[in-house]
Amino acid sequence: MATDKPTQTSASKVALWRLPAFRAIVFQALLVVAIGAFGYYLLNNTLQNMEQRGITTGFGFLSNAAGFGILQSLIPYDETYTYGRTFFVGLLNTLLVAGLGIFFATFIGFFVGVARLSRNWLVARLATVYIETFRNIPLLLQIMFWYFAVLRPLPLPRQSINMGDTVFLNNRGLFFPRPVAEDGFGLVWLALLAAIIGVAVLARWAHKRQDATGQPFPIYSVGTAVILGLPLLVFLISGAPMHFDYPALKGFNFKGGLEVIPELAALVLALSIYTGAFIAEAVRSGILSVTHGQTEAAFALGLRPQVTLKLVIIPQAMRVIIPQLTSQYLNLTKNSSLATAIGYPDLVSVFAGTTLNQTGQAVEVIAMTMGVYLTISLLISMFMNWYNKRKQLVER
Amino acid sequence: MKFKLLVALGATLVFSGAATAGATLDAVKSKGFVQCGVSTGLPGFSAADEKGQFTGIDVDMCRGVAAAIFGDPGKVKYSPLTAKERFTALQSGEIDILPRNTTWTYTRDTSLGLNFTGVNYYDGQGFLVTKSLGVKSATELDGASFCIQAGTTTELNLADYFRANKMSYTPITFDTSDQTVKAFEAGRCDALTSDQSQLYALRIKLEDPKSAMVLPEVISKEPLGPVVRQGDDEWFNIVKWMLFAMVNGEELGVTSANVDEMKAKSTDPNVRRLLGIEGVKGEWMGVPDDWGYNIIKHVGNYGEVFERNVGEGSPLGISRGLNALWSKGGIQYAPPVR
Ligand SMILES: N[C@@H](CCC(=O)N[C@@H](CS)C(=O)NCC(=O)O)C(=O)O
Repeated sequence: MATDKPTQTSASKVALWRLPAFRAIVFQALLVVAIGAFGYYLLNNTLQNMEQRGITTGFGFLSNAAGFGILQSLIPYDETYTYGRTFFVGLLNTLLVAGLGIFFATFIGFFVGVARLSRNWLVARLATVYIETFRNIPLLLQIMFWYFAVLRPLPLPRQSINMGDTVFLNNRGLFFPRPVAEDGFGLVWLALLAAIIGVAVLARWAHKRQDATGQPFPIYSVGTAVILGLPLLVFLISGAPMHFDYPALKGFNFKGGLEVIPELAALVLALSIYTGAFIAEAVRSGILSVTHGQTEAAFALGLRPQVTLKLVIIPQAMRVIIPQLTSQYLNLTKNSSLATAIGYPDLVSVFAGTTLNQTGQAVEVIAMTMGVYLTISLLISMFMNWYNKRKQLVER
Repeated sequence: MKFKLLVALGATLVFSGAATAGATLDAVKSKGFVQCGVSTGLPGFSAADEKGQFTGIDVDMCRGVAAAIFGDPGKVKYSPLTAKERFTALQSGEIDILPRNTTWTYTRDTSLGLNFTGVNYYDGQGFLVTKSLGVKSATELDGASFCIQAGTTTELNLADYFRANKMSYTPITFDTSDQTVKAFEAGRCDALTSDQSQLYALRIKLEDPKSAMVLPEVISKEPLGPVVRQGDDEWFNIVKWMLFAMVNGEELGVTSANVDEMKAKSTDPNVRRLLGIEGVKGEWMGVPDDWGYNIIKHVGNYGEVFERNVGEGSPLGISRGLNALWSKGGIQYAPPVR
């Protein structure tokens, strides 16, 4: 307190512009203004030049009819929809591969990463071979390989592989029945919601009790049972209000049901196998970063190996793994744009490809596409940073 | 490639204004060659042989321009482009001419800052199917899947045709013709659709060309021709009149074989003007007076160019059809050189 006073009085004597803090703010503001002005100048210049060269500009094209078809769309779409709609169709297709890819790559990565450290010689060797092979072959080649490896051996629609008249596999895709909810299915959703809330409450209680008494509660198995069991019970009691829409061969191909196209399968396969190899390395380095003393200490306390792994090693390894995991997730998302090589209709193929070409509005389309990748990347980073913070060593 | 082109386009658009008349010819003269945008490989139109030599009816457009300017058809460099890359490449100045089986449409002509200089091949969209599919007409294709190339008029026509005929279809869209053909061969689609001439060209690329056939229907108009940047009228004139000279040459019976003799002996004023002996001056569009002579001498008249690359004697074996001269039942017609 006493030391504060002299600084305050001396500061008030100094002219405002001599204050380092003030000057820093002024210079930063000036820089921002300068960058903004430069950006504006570039944009303005570009638009003017385009007009002079007879190139149409502006975002008006987004509301024009697109006039072309798209192989796969998660939202209603046909050629009468607008170019703006093609943006969302492409975006959702990109998010779909990225999401599936991240899920499977994480799974493969953790599995192989742990396997590589296995004391079983064969398992560890196999994991090493996997990692070294798939990390070192260019991803584009892998995508092409899986695409044609998936396509070539599969039969034509009329000779489809028939699995019990419900699931069909041919070179146009994998077709299976689509569940269709009937009246009264809403109750099942309600039951699911109730189960989730119930388990959350239970988990809190179990946690508190363990903190207080040290008595553990099997929350994972009980929780899973409740979340699956309760909706199932309601479903059966209310007379199973659901039927299936079965795929059936009509003309050239199967109609109805759900369909997984080979392009999606090949892309997800290639992306998750490739990225999985990198994640495996991250997992291995994470686990190795936890010193052996930690394990010994845990054993000395009488913890079983399982529990040691779960409560001692993994939480500490995660701190090393998460930052690397983040960059692998970002890579996977960006790599998904290689989709265009095998005709999977992702954002780059549909929007920055066909739409760009049919409208010729390269500047606008590329700006929007870059904006999307930037946003996705920032969101993933933000989420992972948040997760990282939570997992970080909480110093007590 | 694609990314490089976009960067180039960005740079030109940010820093330079309208293309000015004469700029392209001056640049071509000072670098000593024409930069020509062609396909990534479409036999008969533009494809490189084992020695890396480009041939094709589209390639001959660039060779014709080089002959008109330099008297040497070899002064051309080629940039293979996919359908998606082609317009960006031209807009950014990476190439000087784009003769890449490109359809002349309203949108492309009016909103891309480009100009179409003429039609070197009148085409229309058709369908290629495997014979084993047992389909004889496009009207039987309801519900079928189609392998197509991205960024083409093909994508749009296909949608139009199926909508107009109240049929459904599945498009599978690839970047290059190689990928499209491979997917078709792997059985991913029931039919491959593209401009009909290109179907004949792509069929040669199949492992077993005889296993596939082209259906009779033609579902669109595809006038294909060389494209240049808008705003440089002198360059536009050169490319436009190069093609007119070839067509006039055929009409007047001037061929690469007899052009020297014609030059020495012909008394027909039409021929004499075409070969630059009398009446008209090359300098009106910035080239030597014998530009017409050079085109026909080194590249040939339109009929020769057609026959050599895609005609009945070539592997594609296409008959002249619409591309015959107007005086022989087709629609190839050129304004007179006078
Ligand atoms: N004429 C149409 C189609 C042109 C086109 O690109 N056709 C494909 C046929 S599959 C092609 O030539 N591909 C060769 C390549 O990509 O290099 C257009 O201008 O949009």
